[in-house]
Order: sequence, then structure tokens, then C-alpha cells
Amino acid sequence: MTTTSKRLLMLSPMLIAFALGLFLYEGIGKDLTINESSLIGQPLPQFIGQTLSSPSTAVTQADMLGEPALVNVWATWCPTCRAEHEFLNAIAEQDKVRIFGVNYHDQRDAAQQWLQELGNPYVFSVFDPKGSLGIELGVVGAPETYLIDAQGVVVDKLTGELNERTWPPLRDQYLQLLEAKN
Amino acid sequence: MLNNYLVSAFFVLSMLVLPLAQADIKSYEFAQPEMAERFVDLTTVLRCPKCQNQNLADSDSIIAKDLRSQVQTLINSGQTDRQITDFMVQRYGEVILYDPPFNKGTLVLWLAPFGMLLIGLWALWFFGRKSHDQGAMLTPSEQQRLAQLLADNQAPNKD
Repeated sequence: MTTTSKRLLMLSPMLIAFALGLFLYEGIGKDLTINESSLIGQPLPQFIGQTLSSPSTAVTQADMLGEPALVNVWATWCPTCRAEHEFLNAIAEQDKVRIFGVNYHDQRDAAQQWLQELGNPYVFSVFDPKGSLGIELGVVGAPETYLIDAQGVVVDKLTGELNERTWPPLRDQYLQLLEAKN
Repeated sequence: MLNNYLVSAFFVLSMLVLPLAQADIKSYEFAQPEMAERFVDLTTVLRCPKCQNQNLADSDSIIAKDLRSQVQTLINSGQTDRQITDFMVQRYGEVILYDPPFNKGTLVLWLAPFGMLLIGLWALWFFGRKSHDQGAMLTPSEQQRLAQLLADNQAPNKD
């Protein structure tokens, strides 16, 4: 064995440690939220709930079917929801995207007031103050946005803010679903 | 001296704080005492989906609180541990289990330690073998020369 290859062999623990360090360094500051939905490919869970606007109006998953749509989980205590709200308004108005809301762990008056002040992009919002619909959907935290097809099967899921950067991949799938349906 | 006081103060304080840290579990009511034990076990082996380095029992996030109540409800409604973990996996994926099942996605996770052990054993064997070989690598004539050199070296020292 030559001296050089011997030296290389001696250095190998250091090289391995360096590579490991690089790998670990890369992970620093990564979001630790679980971003894996087991719901993708599955139909929306069955539920019955009140709408946000009226305690006497009941809605079920069946009310979300018929056309591809987004299901957006939001709350007034969630700053990222505020950040994306203007964008939701825009796609609902300009692109005619059907969006259903799930008002998650929130208070009715605060949520109603929020929609009055900031605009309401939702066909309706399901009032889910205890997060029970959230558990059925596998919601980890607001905001989350599910793309569903006309039959209510979950096609994709976005954790975090919907904006100019995160919308295009979802939009492409949405347009495909729209085409497939027509 | 001051250090000793600080250390004892720390222990006294931690004794005061620890019972408080456990207090949360007491607020969950169960029909039978075994159910409370199962609750503690389940919330320990289920990961909080929002904060992967904590289990459900540890975390104070909204989702962890919700899932703790959900586990409580499911236990009280007579579900088995297996049914409850299946319920969680169905919604949050296998990541929610601190003890992941052995399958294609977790292959590396399960096998890497054995791989590292093998590398270590190989390294032990490899480096161990080399030091033996070095002694045997000298030919008889080389050994003779070595003896000569050693003898030459010792001779002047005697003066």
C-alpha cells in the first residue's frame, strides 16, 4: 500500500465526519411540521357542521362536491392566514376558483368580522371551533389548503401560505381537473 | 461554596416544578385506571405532528391538545391501542409513530445502524490485519540486515 492511499485512508474518518456535518448543517432551520397527508387520493371525510355565517345552517362534505375546489383551513389568530387572505380573494374573484373555508379553532364573531373587513373568498366556511373536522382532515395547523376534484377526492395539499409562488403548481392541477370535468 | 448553594437551590426548585409538569395528564378522566395508563403510553409513543421532536404528551400546541382529547375519547369509547394508532396513521401518516414500522420508506432508517456496525467491524479487521502483516513482510535477508543494524547501533552506546 502506498503512502498516499494510506494517508487517504487515515483521513477518511475526518471526511466522513465532514460530510455528516454538511448534511446536518443543511437541516438546520428546516420546518419540522409533518407535511405528509395520508388523505391524498382519498375522498373527503364525512362530516356535518355549522356554517360560520349561521349556526342554524348545517353543511356536509356533499356540499363541496360537483366541481373541483379548494378547501382552505384558516383562523383569525393565524398571521399567515391574514397574509394569504388577499391572494384568496384575488383567485376567487378573478379566476373564479371555488374555495371552501374551514374556520379552525376560532370564535364566531371574530371570524365573521374578519370576513367583513378583509372580504370573503369562500363559498361558505365550516365552523370548526374544536378542531374536530381538522382531525378528520389531518390538519396540523392553519393555514392548509386542499385541492379536491369534482367527486371530492383530495388531489393535493399545501401546508402554509398560498401565494404567487405556491399557487401555480396547484393551479395547474386545478385547471386539469376543470378540463377533465368539462 | 456558592456553587453548592446554587445546586441545592436548583434541586429544590425542580422538585417544585416537576409535579406541575405532570399536572396536565390528571385533567383527563377515564372510566378505568388501566385506561389512564394506556393514555399515558399512547401519548408517549405518538409524535406531535406540528413539532416532530416532541410527543403528544409533551407538546403544548393546539394540535397536540386536540389529539390528546381524541386519544382520550377513543380509549373511553373502547378502541384498542392498535385501532387508535391506525386512526392517527390514517390521518397524519406513519411519521406520527415514534416507533416506525419496517417498510420500503423506513429501510434506510432501520438498516443504517447495522451498516455502520459492519463498516466498523471491517475497519477493525482491516487495520488489525495490517499491523500483523508488517512484521511478517520482512524477508530472511532483511531480518538479518535489521539484526545487523541493531547490533551496530548498540555497539557505540557501550562506550
